[in-house]
Amino acid sequence: MKDTMLLQSAVYLGLLTLLAWPLGAYMKKLFEGEYRWQARLEAPVWRAFGVSPGDEMPWPRYALGLVAFNALGVLFLYALQRLQGVLPLNPQDFSAIPPDSAFNTAISFVSNTNWQGYAGETTMSHLTQMLGLTVQNFLSAASGIAVAIALIRGFARREAQAIGNVWVDLTRATLGLLLPLATVIALMLASQGVIQNLAASVTVPLVEPLVVKEAVVDAAGAPQKDGAGRAVTRDRTVAEQTLAQGPVASQEAIKMLGTNGGGFFNANSAHPYENPNAVSNLIEMLAILLIPAALCFAFGRMVGDARQGVAIFAAMTVLFVGMLATLYWAESSANPSLTALGVDPGLGNMEGKEARFGIAASSLFATITTAASCGAVNAMHDSLMPIGGMVTMLQMQLGEVVFGGVGSGFYGMLLFAVVAVFVAGLMIGRTPEYLGKKIGSFEIRMVMIALLATPFLVLLGSAIAVVSDAGLAGLANPGAHGFSEILYAFSSAANNNGSAFAGLSANTPFYNTLLGLAMWFGRFAIIVPVLALSGSLAARRAVPVTSGTLATHTPLFVVLLVGAVAVLGALTYLPALALGPVVEHLSLFGIR
Amino acid sequence: MKPEKPQTPDIVGIPPHHKRAFGLVDARFVKPALLGALTRLDPREQAKNPVMFVVFLGSLFTTALFFIGLAGTLDAPLSFIGATTLWLWFTVLFANFAEALAEGRSRAQAASLRAAKKSVVAKKLSAPRRDAGITLTTSTELQKGDVVLVEAGDIVPGDGTVLDGIASVDESAITGESAPVIRESGGDFSSVTGGTRVLSDWVVVEVTANPGEAFLDRMIAMVEGARRQKTPNEIALTVLLVAMTLVFLLACATLYPFSLYAARAAGGAPTSLTVLVALLVCLIPTTIGGLLSAIGVAGMGRLMSANVIATSGRAIEAAGDVDVLLLDKTGTITLGNRQATRFLPAPGVSDAELANAAQLASLADETPEGRSIVVLAKERFNLRERQLEEMHAHFVPFTAQTRMSGVDVDGRQLRKGAADAIRQQVLEHGGAFPGEVGALVDAVAKQGSTPLVVSELASGRARVLGVVELKDIVKGGIRERFAELRRMGIRTVMVTGDNRLTAAAIAAEAGVDDFLAEATPEAKLKLIRAHQAEGRLVAMTGDGTNDAPALAQADVAVAMNTGTQAAKEAGNMVDLDSSPTKLIEIVAIGKEMLMTRGALTTFSLANDIAKYFAILPAAFATTYPQLGALNVMALATPASAILSAVIFNALVIVALIPLALGGVRYRPDSAEKLLRRNLFVYGVGGLIVPFAGIKLIDLALVALGWA
Repeated sequence: MKDTMLLQSAVYLGLLTLLAWPLGAYMKKLFEGEYRWQARLEAPVWRAFGVSPGDEMPWPRYALGLVAFNALGVLFLYALQRLQGVLPLNPQDFSAIPPDSAFNTAISFVSNTNWQGYAGETTMSHLTQMLGLTVQNFLSAASGIAVAIALIRGFARREAQAIGNVWVDLTRATLGLLLPLATVIALMLASQGVIQNLAASVTVPLVEPLVVKEAVVDAAGAPQKDGAGRAVTRDRTVAEQTLAQGPVASQEAIKMLGTNGGGFFNANSAHPYENPNAVSNLIEMLAILLIPAALCFAFGRMVGDARQGVAIFAAMTVLFVGMLATLYWAESSANPSLTALGVDPGLGNMEGKEARFGIAASSLFATITTAASCGAVNAMHDSLMPIGGMVTMLQMQLGEVVFGGVGSGFYGMLLFAVVAVFVAGLMIGRTPEYLGKKIGSFEIRMVMIALLATPFLVLLGSAIAVVSDAGLAGLANPGAHGFSEILYAFSSAANNNGSAFAGLSANTPFYNTLLGLAMWFGRFAIIVPVLALSGSLAARRAVPVTSGTLATHTPLFVVLLVGAVAVLGALTYLPALALGPVVEHLSLFGIR
Repeated sequence: MKPEKPQTPDIVGIPPHHKRAFGLVDARFVKPALLGALTRLDPREQAKNPVMFVVFLGSLFTTALFFIGLAGTLDAPLSFIGATTLWLWFTVLFANFAEALAEGRSRAQAASLRAAKKSVVAKKLSAPRRDAGITLTTSTELQKGDVVLVEAGDIVPGDGTVLDGIASVDESAITGESAPVIRESGGDFSSVTGGTRVLSDWVVVEVTANPGEAFLDRMIAMVEGARRQKTPNEIALTVLLVAMTLVFLLACATLYPFSLYAARAAGGAPTSLTVLVALLVCLIPTTIGGLLSAIGVAGMGRLMSANVIATSGRAIEAAGDVDVLLLDKTGTITLGNRQATRFLPAPGVSDAELANAAQLASLADETPEGRSIVVLAKERFNLRERQLEEMHAHFVPFTAQTRMSGVDVDGRQLRKGAADAIRQQVLEHGGAFPGEVGALVDAVAKQGSTPLVVSELASGRARVLGVVELKDIVKGGIRERFAELRRMGIRTVMVTGDNRLTAAAIAAEAGVDDFLAEATPEAKLKLIRAHQAEGRLVAMTGDGTNDAPALAQADVAVAMNTGTQAAKEAGNMVDLDSSPTKLIEIVAIGKEMLMTRGALTTFSLANDIAKYFAILPAAFATTYPQLGALNVMALATPASAILSAVIFNALVIVALIPLALGGVRYRPDSAEKLLRRNLFVYGVGGLIVPFAGIKLIDLALVALGWA
């Protein structure tokens, strides 16, 4: 089993690097408008929208444009969900989404979170899925990429007033990058059996009829209890199954590529229609980290020193491998409670995993999806071992910087790089600088606002939830695991991941509202200071590199960056994690 | 007459700025600092330091909990609240103490400066002439523009410019240099400093500063006000520390609802508020927060120990960042005077004959160049010095007209001088200037040395004897020093009035990265601006009024104390020793200050990991006894664990006071090596040390029966 894991990880990382390197080169040229075909492709767009591509924006204009654009996206998506009952392409006749859920979902897809409080196949019409959710999957990813590119420009430019044109960047990210790649990936997935149609659900007879236990309810719908207080159940034979249909492959591609994660089906990438086999699984995993990894290399090229990008990529890879190893270690050990019931401990923790993927591919997928702010799952994270669950949670809590979401992971990592350089720079006896730009108090203020935003939302949100009745109402598991579920939900929302520890019923007005706010501020309370940082850096002159300058392309810097991420993340979340997964782990294995 | 410049010792290796005027933690300063620690408990004082203000508020909070406990409502066992509260107050006091101590030392240094500044009697003149009417007044009443007479034995009543006269002045009160200096009107040596004493003759001085604005006043104000002005990097670091404090505030504040939930789910009691405050204080960066201002004040003090006064804290910080050093050739790179190194005879003349003539021509020449010829002749040919009087020789001094000097003896006229002057003289007397000598002259010049030609006029016949090579002697060890600077990433640029050829040769020999030949003040200014346009920070020294524009432009501008008032006004530091190599030391001090900040920040944050391991299991001992597995230090009881962490946190501030005041030693090395070393010492060390420290304190608490 271990060999499978090593082989799979090595193949995965190898392929990722191989694909990301040229893509990074392509992105650099794309965003700097160096390709000749770009002019022909883009000119109609500029004409149609009245954009003049040479109109460079200072950071406040760039930020205003981006936030307004996304706010409009929220309004549009909200309206679409509320009106889906009267709109076409609704073969199942789904009614309007309730306001709180529509609010939550609108923000969720605009903020690149794709937290899903609902089950897609039983609530969203095809129109909502395609025109609303899938479109936002593209635009939210493009927004993240645009911010990352704008930040890179801040480092690359000297004494400049502007950081680019937001409309140009959004257009290039969508048309030049996401659409072509998503098309290729959608076709590849379809070739593996992922469905793509506009049909209504079909009902099919089961190959093997199933007997399930069903709770007996009274007329009021309340479960009946026997004399001992246990719920009364009866057997029911299930002979047929309803299979939802729809345009899955096209949404699947951008769901991965844009690190969105919002599945067509509630079971997400564990569903055979979304992810039928090992090949589709590999394609999906590569699609998740492709752009985040390529951004590192694009960064190196845009600042004129490819090694800088390699260093960031290396730091992300080191963190990734550490997380993967821990998660795999946790999952390959058996759950003692299940072993006690006679399950073969040699299988590892197979609860909540698809047999066709097994421990290795599920561990890899879980690490990748929480490393990136994707949130797609091919196994149930709620069933991960406590330490496995902690790894997924910690990756989100670190701010999704281990590759991270498209764009957001990269700019998040650069925030840590600035902090690392700030403290380490002092230790070599110079005032700190990164890529030739001095880090002054304005820069550090913006960085710290951005870095503080998500801990603030996660910890405060969780605190409110654990002491309010509304927060505790949806909790299936009391105790430490219940705490983990709430902490996971807020970590996932505020860091725009979107995956869930399924045990928490979050489709309630309380969670829809609170998590909706966490997602919005978790996105834009970072983006705005990042753009301000970019603007301030762009205006600075560059300090020439000497042997007295802290080199930021060396292994030592990689160690430093990894250390900064780990220490800052650990210091913020250690108490909360200790009360959730750590306690669970210690209890489960009887460690005192 | 030129004033003597103070001798500059040859520099090899690190300059001895680590000689400190005071011991780091001198008993003299401890007592006032202890008192200062108490007076700083004033909330207005505390609020200036956000990190320590949180500790202050936390201490007040647990104090309140203690009294509420006395009244009967217990948050935790009373003895535990009491002990924790006590140590939280100690944490505040220790940080206050560090700050007071650093200030006390600087204040003492300022006081020794102030001692020079006494009110003295001033002889105010009604007109800027020596014989004008005198009114006696006190120095404190002198206004800018007043003219005073200072005579032998008088103390100069205020900073000013010499209008008339010449005097030797004892400036040891300011510089510590005992050799008197000459002050005269006009030129670069026309400024006098208040508090210095005129030893001989007299000068008429125009006062250039109002009372309280004089140089010395500003220096003292600067030293005492160091704490109040934050430098840009200090502000940025404070932002980082405040943000970290907020993170921990959030982590600790939300821990309370989390523990409520846990207590409801798993039984036991929620975490007490005392424990949460203790955890908060342990986690927030108190080590660097408590010592940050002490580091800044101490940096100022260390600079003062090196006899440099900075007129802005910003300049010290900039010193650490300097990329380019502009160094004057004379006095910094070379010994200041050319020395004879070779005798190169003309055809048909022997070495000894040339040496003999050159020596005779130089016997009466008291210039260092002349002396060096006599010395070389003795070394090479064992020619003893002869007395001109005994030989009835007549000395011919150098004049601007003849441009040569020499001696008339035994009917011979021996002359030495520049090649063209001698050529003219020889040709006038019917002699020839051999082509071979011309070639020698060119060869010497090409090597960057100065050729001196020696001629003899005997019985009406003039002939050229040969050439003496005068060479600029590069200081011993300077080459290594520049290599060191290069490793640090600092470019050295030699500035000289010499021609390009000479400058290039010396630059190559000294190993500087670049040179500015035939330097004019304008050229210097242009050079600084060019470097700054490329984003570099430039440091320079200067003393003349014509240096003022360049000094004003440079990022770190060190004015010589012997320099003019204009130069001192334009610079942001004044070197009391007027040593041109001081720049290198200043850069090291600037770097040390920044390194100390970085090291303590890293140490402070790395410490937190161990504190979590101490406090978390203890805080949840009743709710989640499983977390005892995290008690890797095997601390005795929950109470002793938390108390040990709090005590460690307080004591580490005291333990690091010497480091904060003394600074992390800077060794000239590449950034990579420095980072690796400091990251290991303060990062990895910061992870490990508290594990050991907290365990030891816990053992002590158990041994004392307090656990």
